Amino acid sequence: MPTKSDLPQGTLDLLILKVVALGPVHGYAIAQRLQQVSKHVVQVPQGSLYPALHRLENRGLLTADWKETESGRDAKFYRLTRKGKAQLEAEAASWQRLVNAIGLILTMSEGGAE
Amino acid sequence: MNWWKRLFLKRKLDYQLERELTFHLEQHVADLITQGHTPAEARGLARLELGGPQQVKEQCRDARGTRWLEDFVQDVRYALRTLRKRPGFTAMALATLALGTGATTVMFTVIHGVLLKPFAYREPARLLRLQEQTNWNTALGNLWGFTYPNYLDCKSAVPALDMAVWTIKRGTATTASGLAEYVDGVEASNNLLAVLGVNIGQGRAFLVEDDGPAATPVALISHRLWQRRFGASPTALGSEIVFDGKSYRVIGVLPAGFRLADSEFDVWTPIGQDTSPRLKSREIHGFRVWARLRPDATLAQASSELSIVGRRLEQQYPKSNKGRTFIASQLRPIVGDTQSTLWLLLSAVGLVLLIACANIASLLLARAVSNEREFSVRVALGAGRGRLARQCLTESAVLAVAGGALGILLAALGIRPFTTFWPGGLPRAQEVGIDWRVLVFALGISIASGILFGLAPALRAPASDLEQSLRAGGRTVAGSARRLHRSFVVAEIAIAMVLLTAAGVMGRTMLRLSSLDPGVDIHNVLTARTALSPATLQNPDRTRAAWQDLLDRARRIPGVRAIAAIDTVPMREGSNEINYSSSAATPREEQKTLVLANSATPDYLKVAGIPLRHGRFITESDRRGTQSVAVIDEVMAQQAFPGEDPIGKQIWIGIVPDPVTVVGVVGHVRQWGLASDDQATVRAQLYYPFAQVPDALVRRWSELMSIIVRTNVDPRTLIEPLRQAMRGGAGDQVLYEIGTLEEFATASLARQRFLLLLFGVFAALALLLACVGIYGVLAYLTNQRTPEIGLRMALGATATTVLGMIMRESLAMILTGVAAGSLAAFVASRTLAHLVDGVRASEPATLVLMILLLILAAMLASFLPARRASRIDPMKALRQE
Repeated sequence: MPTKSDLPQGTLDLLILKVVALGPVHGYAIAQRLQQVSKHVVQVPQGSLYPALHRLENRGLLTADWKETESGRDAKFYRLTRKGKAQLEAEAASWQRLVNAIGLILTMSEGGAE
Repeated sequence: MNWWKRLFLKRKLDYQLERELTFHLEQHVADLITQGHTPAEARGLARLELGGPQQVKEQCRDARGTRWLEDFVQDVRYALRTLRKRPGFTAMALATLALGTGATTVMFTVIHGVLLKPFAYREPARLLRLQEQTNWNTALGNLWGFTYPNYLDCKSAVPALDMAVWTIKRGTATTASGLAEYVDGVEASNNLLAVLGVNIGQGRAFLVEDDGPAATPVALISHRLWQRRFGASPTALGSEIVFDGKSYRVIGVLPAGFRLADSEFDVWTPIGQDTSPRLKSREIHGFRVWARLRPDATLAQASSELSIVGRRLEQQYPKSNKGRTFIASQLRPIVGDTQSTLWLLLSAVGLVLLIACANIASLLLARAVSNEREFSVRVALGAGRGRLARQCLTESAVLAVAGGALGILLAALGIRPFTTFWPGGLPRAQEVGIDWRVLVFALGISIASGILFGLAPALRAPASDLEQSLRAGGRTVAGSARRLHRSFVVAEIAIAMVLLTAAGVMGRTMLRLSSLDPGVDIHNVLTARTALSPATLQNPDRTRAAWQDLLDRARRIPGVRAIAAIDTVPMREGSNEINYSSSAATPREEQKTLVLANSATPDYLKVAGIPLRHGRFITESDRRGTQSVAVIDEVMAQQAFPGEDPIGKQIWIGIVPDPVTVVGVVGHVRQWGLASDDQATVRAQLYYPFAQVPDALVRRWSELMSIIVRTNVDPRTLIEPLRQAMRGGAGDQVLYEIGTLEEFATASLARQRFLLLLFGVFAALALLLACVGIYGVLAYLTNQRTPEIGLRMALGATATTVLGMIMRESLAMILTGVAAGSLAAFVASRTLAHLVDGVRASEPATLVLMILLLILAAMLASFLPARRASRIDPMKALRQE
């Protein structure tokens, strides 16, 4: 049963790109980091994490290599491609614009909308 | 990574995905254990959070974007497996499809080669045909061939075009080796090959210097003449060839297979060397002008330049050029009525293919309905409905492509025989062949028919109510499926009806046309065109004497009963239409009435067996110096002198300067052939004595005359004796285009016979397929209704009532089909009447006959399943439930 994400549509990709941008990282670590950074507000269903990773990989935004972890096990480490970097910047900027706009509307004083 | 790379690395990617997810789970479990969970708890929690591993994997695979292809490969395997499991169905479907696509492909191949392919010259799109156009019409329209002076004027004044001219010239060709033979030749301007972009095969082409009256006579010969007369020897170049009485030096050989328009001309001479008066006349039309657009020039530009020349010449030569201009159009092959025959046949074949599709569709649908339970189970287990529909379509596509491949094979085998049997020779037959366009077409129609017959079962399969069908266990047929089955039967009957009507109408037409009186006695009559020795043509009196001598010599051959000379032989190609008027005041060109004029010798009436109605025919005493006479046929008598006695009346014709006096009326001859004569625009006929043809015309007339011989024996056996007797002192008189009147009569119906044959075959095929379809559908439907019928019988229905019930239902379907088909059949017979000479638009008797035939055949096909249903054992049937 696919669990519905509480994230707004499309934001999972943005978050993944952002986490991967910080350095090569494997899937489990991405899930952990998303949970920690968002202070458990964003619940990333792990079931949609991997399909999203594979989709981003196929679109050429991510690339992956098999490397050893600190504990000496083989894991698939994702990295951002040049295209992924551009995509992240573009999406982050547009997200920021959206947030600002929504913020402006929500902080409008009563009667401010004349 | 490309999708195809991902496809080929599928196994590796799956393995990596497995490892990645395992790693995730193990890390998570380890973390949970450090947080204080027991290992068992930790494993459970980790699994729960990740979700079902198979679902995650499936979603990741979907993200690869190769899913459709993997599914496709799987579906094809599945389709092949199921088709192999049912060899009977598969073989029948493949055979039907192969026949359908094969026949359609053959028709398309011919249409492509004959109608769609441009001429095989360089850049054919830039080649134009130039014609003269008048602002008034004759019976033949307002387009004319060029006159030579008009061509010269246009050539020098239209910079947008590189123009060339040619005209057909036939004559006797004699080379150092062998006998004289009559060949088709061409007089062409020196640049014709260059305009077409064709290189000479051997030797050299014409030069500008060759193309003048004072130049050394030179000629090009065709590749086949070079092989036939010179054994393909290089010594042919520089040797002499006598063509039409004049000696030429051969300077080149045309490339093998090269055709001008659709003919291979054997001897080419430069048109500029022809000193005859027709090249100086602004009245003699018929020169063909072809042109190539110069680089950067457009058709519009060429047209406007041509019309400027046209206006100038109108002022300069008002007598000949008034109302006359020049137009250019794309140079296209002219194929005559072949075009409509081809489209007719393609439509007929398309209908057969449609029936085949409906047939296969209903068989597939029957299977889809029986498989409903399997599908329902699969939907319940999570298969997408789209996925199932796609699987059904894949199965049909596999069937269609396999059938199409077989069809292409059939077409490849069938195309040659088909073009060979084309009546009167298929124009451009050498262009007909299977190429990539034909393959694309065949593949296209295969896939289209696959979709056509696969769509209904595919849409049907997953659409049904899941719970219902699981519960019913695939025993009963839902109403919608039954309706679909019926609509297939109705469609098949309707289409078969169209083809049956077409075949019936053609058959009826053939019967009627064959019983028509040609107006001549066609038995034991041989005809041949005759080329006199070129030496005798120099002088009119010698020409007349040569004809007299020739007829006398032929008359002495045993087996010859009578012989005459005539210029147009009934039902043979070629006619001589002239204007006439029945008053001295010459009417304007466009108001003149046309008549088929024949110059004849006195015995013609006897040889041809034409009945004399009034007066007399031409006699030996009608010669130069006596009163000019003519004999007319009944049609002309009616047309020129309605309600009057034509004997003694005067007629003005262009050929003889004085008025001619009508001395007799003879029966009408179906000159245009049995099928076409009744619809011909010019039917009036007139005979005048060959002996009274004026000196100036004797040479030209002599070239046109044929001998016509009535024999006591099989006319074909006299060909050799006639040839021997007529060869003449110099051995350069030849007979050509030899044939019997019987052959011409048969040939005049060849197109109708050919259409009848093919329509007959298609209609039989359609009837057979429709019957098989009805049988299949009814057998299936009654089988599905076994429990219901069992119940009816248990409740007291007798075998007869059941039989009656099934037959009634089948009759209802058949009648619906007939009703739907009747309208289409009506349209089809109208189209046939429009396109094929001799066909009548409305043939109610034929229509009724065909409807009865169709109903009878369809009822027979439904009888077997109906009888089987009536013999159901009610106990067994009810126990099945």
